[in-house]
Amino acid sequence: MTAPRPALETATMVRAGEELAVDVLEHHLAVIDAGEEAVHAFNLVLADAARDQARAVDARVAAGEDPGPLAGVPVALKDNLCTRGVPTTCSSRILDGWRPPYDATVVTRLVEAGAVVIGKTNMDEFAMGSSTETSAFGTTRNPHDTSRVPGGSSGGSAAAVAAGFAPLALGSDTGGSIRQPAALCGVVGMKPTYGTVSRYGLVAFASSLDQIGPFAHTVADAALLFDVIGGHDPLDSTSLHRPTPRVLTVLDDGVDGMTVGVLTEFLDGVDPDVAARVHQAAEALAAAGARIEEVSVPEVALGLSAYYLIAPGEASSNLARYDGVRYGLRVDAEDTVAMNTATRSEGFGAEVKRRIMLGTYVLSAGYMDAYYNQALKVRTRIIEGFAAAYTRCDVLLGPTAPTTAFAIGAKVDDPLTMYLSDVCTIPSNLAGHPAISVPFGTGDAGLPVGVQLLGPALSEGTLFQVAAVVEAAAPALPAPRLTTGAAS
Amino acid sequence: MTSGWQMVIGLEVHCELRTATKLFCGCPNVFGDEPNTNVCPNCLGLPGSLPVLNQQAVELAMAIGTALHCEIRPSTFHRKNYFYPDQAKDYQISQYDEPLNVDGHLDLPDGFRVGIERAHMEEDTGKTSHSGASGRIHGAEYSLVDYNRSGVPLVEIVSAPDMRTADQARAYVTELRAILVASGASDGKMEEGSMRVDANVSVRRSADAPFGTRCEIKNLNSVRSLGRAIEYEAQRQIALIESGEAVVQQTRHWDEGTGRTEALRSKEDAYDYRYFLEPDLVPLVPDAEWIRAVGDTLGMMPAERRARLVALLDEAGGASEAQRDQVTTVVDLGLDDLVVAAVAGGVGSGLALARTANEAATDADAARALDPKSYLELLQLEADGSLSATQAKAVLAELFARGGGDPADIAREKGFEAMSEDSLAATVAQAVADHPDEWGRYREGDDKLAGFFTGLVMKATRGQANGKAVAAELARLRG
Repeated sequence: MTAPRPALETATMVRAGEELAVDVLEHHLAVIDAGEEAVHAFNLVLADAARDQARAVDARVAAGEDPGPLAGVPVALKDNLCTRGVPTTCSSRILDGWRPPYDATVVTRLVEAGAVVIGKTNMDEFAMGSSTETSAFGTTRNPHDTSRVPGGSSGGSAAAVAAGFAPLALGSDTGGSIRQPAALCGVVGMKPTYGTVSRYGLVAFASSLDQIGPFAHTVADAALLFDVIGGHDPLDSTSLHRPTPRVLTVLDDGVDGMTVGVLTEFLDGVDPDVAARVHQAAEALAAAGARIEEVSVPEVALGLSAYYLIAPGEASSNLARYDGVRYGLRVDAEDTVAMNTATRSEGFGAEVKRRIMLGTYVLSAGYMDAYYNQALKVRTRIIEGFAAAYTRCDVLLGPTAPTTAFAIGAKVDDPLTMYLSDVCTIPSNLAGHPAISVPFGTGDAGLPVGVQLLGPALSEGTLFQVAAVVEAAAPALPAPRLTTGAAS
Repeated sequence: MTSGWQMVIGLEVHCELRTATKLFCGCPNVFGDEPNTNVCPNCLGLPGSLPVLNQQAVELAMAIGTALHCEIRPSTFHRKNYFYPDQAKDYQISQYDEPLNVDGHLDLPDGFRVGIERAHMEEDTGKTSHSGASGRIHGAEYSLVDYNRSGVPLVEIVSAPDMRTADQARAYVTELRAILVASGASDGKMEEGSMRVDANVSVRRSADAPFGTRCEIKNLNSVRSLGRAIEYEAQRQIALIESGEAVVQQTRHWDEGTGRTEALRSKEDAYDYRYFLEPDLVPLVPDAEWIRAVGDTLGMMPAERRARLVALLDEAGGASEAQRDQVTTVVDLGLDDLVVAAVAGGVGSGLALARTANEAATDADAARALDPKSYLELLQLEADGSLSATQAKAVLAELFARGGGDPADIAREKGFEAMSEDSLAATVAQAVADHPDEWGRYREGDDKLAGFFTGLVMKATRGQANGKAVAAELARLRG
């Protein structure tokens, strides 16, 4: 398998009439045909609808129009993004049969930019998980070693890009659900500043933390996709009114004169092979002209605990609507309350139930002050801790995940160990800050390692600028072989 | 009220705001449409939908706060979590510990001041109808839910526990309704559920005693039900205490048919709503300029309107008890501008008020639609004796029927000409001749008999005679 062609190049060729969108699509559908059985990245491949979209793009080019910056580029969507008339499942049985009557804002923007929606990707149920194993529709497998997890919760989107099923994908990141699977699958994944990408049409997990972001093979492609989906949306009250940073134009600006802080707390308890890649990335940045400092933000160590109070609290409320009354699964019973109970008992998986119960508990009278409100204070302290660090540094550097891809089944029965997969990604969600994971070679087992760059709110331009330098210095990754056992 | 006891009453009034669209989406806010036609992903609580706050709703809520003399403050929205089929998201977005309006008051027409603790914004639920005769969920075979009302903007106005009688509670709701209508916030239609009242009632032995345990009464659909329910509930609590039992803090349901309240749920099984800050909305922080702009658009409130009419009566020698009632009627119906215009046009305040409260009030919609100039002309014709009271009433009815017109033309069409002096004098003389005894007493100074003779003349002329002219003729004959 050769390296996939960048989306930027594909769009340029389609816009110029040098290649047909339908041909681009058919190529990717063929790759999916060949590899999907081994990977199971998709809940649904939208071949027919995608062909219609691709033909429409070609027709516009033929008519002398410009279909937009993503002309003819196939994009895979995490299955928690609403698509009009197309099942949107969140990989849960509870949404059985539901077809949204509307498109998410990001989907509208993709289509307006000429993209072709190729399918809906598998995920942890309601984005609750770090391995895609909590999906009701089976586990997605890591294209670099199909006995291992792709990470999660956006494991399907990460695997789809890694396997060459689509050059671009969208995921959602509540505690690391874009960056961690990007790291484990060896692709670029980015969580934007809270409020820069509209959440309208993203099925909510934890509303104050959720943010949609791009997956791509390259930093430039991720920048291209971010520029398309970002910007104010009147349908989302938390959408920022300030202009979203344009990132595609700053990629070549380099890091000369920047200060990069290596975040010491993120290296605590991280596997040595992962830590080694982080130090190597720091050296590469130093070589490119950045000043490297060790920086401590002690508050981030509290992030995981605070997150597992805040996110389940919000989720317990967000997921209350799945009651069997209006849409999705209904399990009949003798009265309404019994029907609600039967529907939710059968429709939700174990991890979702665990978080609903945890969240209900932490919001309950008598416990709220001890748990939820305490977690909100921690959240404020984390923001303050980062603010102090950003008085000295432009960006922070650390690992994305503490380990490389782990074996399917290794952690699924041990929630606390599984939760630790997000220890390095959660603080950015709590702070509402942007962060990006960039592939940086492999670990001891030959599996991809991701390094993470963190910045203050609306620092996307700087992050992408630094990410481009990291990418240029990164050791090459082996091509995914879609079999068990990593290439070495 | 049983002697030796005092009631303590606080009221929570839910008012549907008269906005064009719902609180968090663009669906029309209208009553009575085909079920589930004014709905969208947002008010159906579909996955991925998000709320966007309606500016008009905020302005009406601020208008209510201004009219109730509240402080308007930076506020936030919370989620109130509970499962119910008509609750589309299984949580309600409501203001909780940081409401928009706080610390106001409402003065009853008799001057009694009721504190307003808060007036906060929230969204309405859908409407469930249960099959079966009782119309309640227990024993129903199936239930139907209409989400047209889901997300309709509400303001909940919470009074302080300041009221001490059912009459005060009735007066409070009546006055509040008038204020809500006058501020443009509500149509005030209790029968359509635009205003819904819950009453918190407790009793105590004396005004100095601490508050007793209260019960909250729901399902009060009219001012009359409110009064009955409060009286019943107070008696129930007194009977309990006097028989040595304790009042249990409960939510109770008023049954209009049986005239009783029944327990719905007690404090122990009250819901835990798990309020937390709504993460899909940002704080609502009205600046001083916005608050002032809303205040500037607010019209005169009922108390001010009543005072305006009473002042007109005072100029003419003071308002009687009956006239004060007429003032209340006229203001409640929004007809006071007609009275003010008539008095400004030279008509006596007593006549203008009486015609408005007694006649115009019978068709208030038509009266509000009438050109005030036509109304003034009519009252002028009556005042100067060109039309009798009976004739004036007939012309007004015709003005209403036609939706306007020239009162003088209508009077001519109906053949209403002022009686000639000669014919009036002859009629009066006939009445005097027919009743010599009464005439004798009248001549000796029994003025009450003037009314007797006027009545006879009116009867003989079928009301066509001008009362003032009759009185003048009687006085002339007496010498």
